[in-house]
Amino acid sequence: MLKDFFSKKKKYASIPREEAKQDVPEGLMQKCQGCQKIFYRKEMAKNLNVCPECGHHHQMSAYDRIESLLDYGSFIEWDKHLLSNNPLAFPDYEKKLEKDIEKTGINEAVVTGKGKVNGLDTAIAVMDSRFRMGSMGSVVGEKVARAIENARIESMPIIIFTASGGARMQEGALSLMQMSKTSVAIQRLHNAGGLFISVMTNPTTGGVSASFASLGDYNFAEPGALIGFAGRRIIEQTIREKLPEDFQTAEFQLKHGQIDKVIPRHDMKRILTTILDIHQ
Amino acid sequence: MKQVLEFEKPIIELREKIDELKKITVDSDFDLSKEINTLEQRLEKLEGDIYGNLKPWDRVQIARHTDRPTTLDYIENLFTDFIEFHGDRLFGDDESIVSGIAKYEGQPITVIGHQRGKNTKENIRRNFGSPHPEGYRKALRHMKQANKFNRPIVTFIDTKGAYPGKAAEERGQSEAIARNLMEMAGFNVPMISIVIGEGGSGGALALGVSDHIHMLENSTYSVISPEGAAALLWKDSKQAQKAAESLKITSYDLKELKVIDEIIPEPRGGAHRDVLLQSQFMDKVLKESLKQLNEIKTEELLEKRWEKYKQIGDINEPSSL
Ligand SMILES: [Zn+2]
Repeated sequence: MLKDFFSKKKKYASIPREEAKQDVPEGLMQKCQGCQKIFYRKEMAKNLNVCPECGHHHQMSAYDRIESLLDYGSFIEWDKHLLSNNPLAFPDYEKKLEKDIEKTGINEAVVTGKGKVNGLDTAIAVMDSRFRMGSMGSVVGEKVARAIENARIESMPIIIFTASGGARMQEGALSLMQMSKTSVAIQRLHNAGGLFISVMTNPTTGGVSASFASLGDYNFAEPGALIGFAGRRIIEQTIREKLPEDFQTAEFQLKHGQIDKVIPRHDMKRILTTILDIHQ
Repeated sequence: MKQVLEFEKPIIELREKIDELKKITVDSDFDLSKEINTLEQRLEKLEGDIYGNLKPWDRVQIARHTDRPTTLDYIENLFTDFIEFHGDRLFGDDESIVSGIAKYEGQPITVIGHQRGKNTKENIRRNFGSPHPEGYRKALRHMKQANKFNRPIVTFIDTKGAYPGKAAEERGQSEAIARNLMEMAGFNVPMISIVIGEGGSGGALALGVSDHIHMLENSTYSVISPEGAAALLWKDSKQAQKAAESLKITSYDLKELKVIDEIIPEPRGGAHRDVLLQSQFMDKVLKESLKQLNEIKTEELLEKRWEKYKQIGDINEPSSL
């Protein structure tokens, strides 16, 4: 399954993407969003999209993330076929979905399934912020809730990597209610004694931050990740005050007692393995 | 000074005209009763036309009306023996949420709701009904207590949203909301939520993971404010009217989306026109709702709660891969 994805990725690499035009120079080279230095794209990818120079953690696709964590060939994907509808007949929503499906090669903003981390079974859900900014609509909520339920039924831990701008506006109250749906699922998992590890990556805000992302037995974050409920601009407008540079970063959340630990990407697999092992 | 809503202006103008003619009749010998009668008939029709065809944006205006009844008004009208309790035991007391115990039809309950002010002074005290984490944690503390003493929980939802502030973020606004969503899922007692004004996003939802969710006819429930959506979509918050329609935020929309259970009718022109009548309308729905839930065994109640939230959403699931 991962093999499929890689062949797909190669196919995409030569197609100019709008997203790429804005963020980084297209092609062989990539500019670090931390130190602004130019690197070989390949070199950066080999380093898990972490800048070899300054350690800046760049966004990672869901499948790259899964590949970096799970034992080779162990991943079995769930509910890959689920697609979003346009329940409110919201203007231009279908077009935006189609564009993101084409751009990312995935059907929605989360990939779910199960696999092994150094031989230890786990369910996993990984959000992909390239798809509608990782926003949560009906399908994201449904896939996450089903993954949690599967974990409970199969007595397996679940690890969820979040990357989301929040609830998806175009599905209105249905998006809002996915916060409830996922949280009720988490409650059932906890009630059954199941283990849930939440890892917040850049960005984890709004409705995702205010639902399952904050409900792990352990809540972790990647270095520098933006984590918070309200957006910086809205807060600044409301309190008429400039916010500190590090506001709502993973390190800020750690300092304020809101997360358990900041885990660099290169240590992720090792630490997750230890935690899974301790809960065996 | 009564707040006049934009869409009501034709009604107000016509009413003023009628009053003027009546005054002339009293002050002089002219008999204008025929004219007055015609105008009064026209007013009746106009009121029916306007209030019978409220647009989403009109309802937003009613939901935000400064005189709109608040949680404390309904507590007073619906319950007896209400005692308010304070504080989250961790940081402070957030007065944008009120919480306490009372009796409803003789049955002990816990009641919790967002609390707006009706004037500037009250609004400052109540932070315009926008809670900090300590508000949600106070609510959670009281819900746990209700669970311990086997009291049903009734919540009133009325907030623009959780407060977007620096301190709120530092103290874990996300965690406070998320925890309430999760914990509410597991309480063994009947839970009923009524949206009475604005249901603003996660900050509203944090009191709203209940067995039954009802909405007053002119209340709204939305993932984002119409102004916020307009700013994101069209870079223009003045397009809020359009956004209010696209977002499907009225009680009728939410009923159709199968998010809520009952629409509670409002007196013509809105709840603020007749708070007692509004309370009677609420009483009727609440009574039936609680009666239904009281009869369900705990295990089934929890299973039904899960079923309720599990089915919300609109998904395209092709039968074959
Ligand atoms: Zn760098």
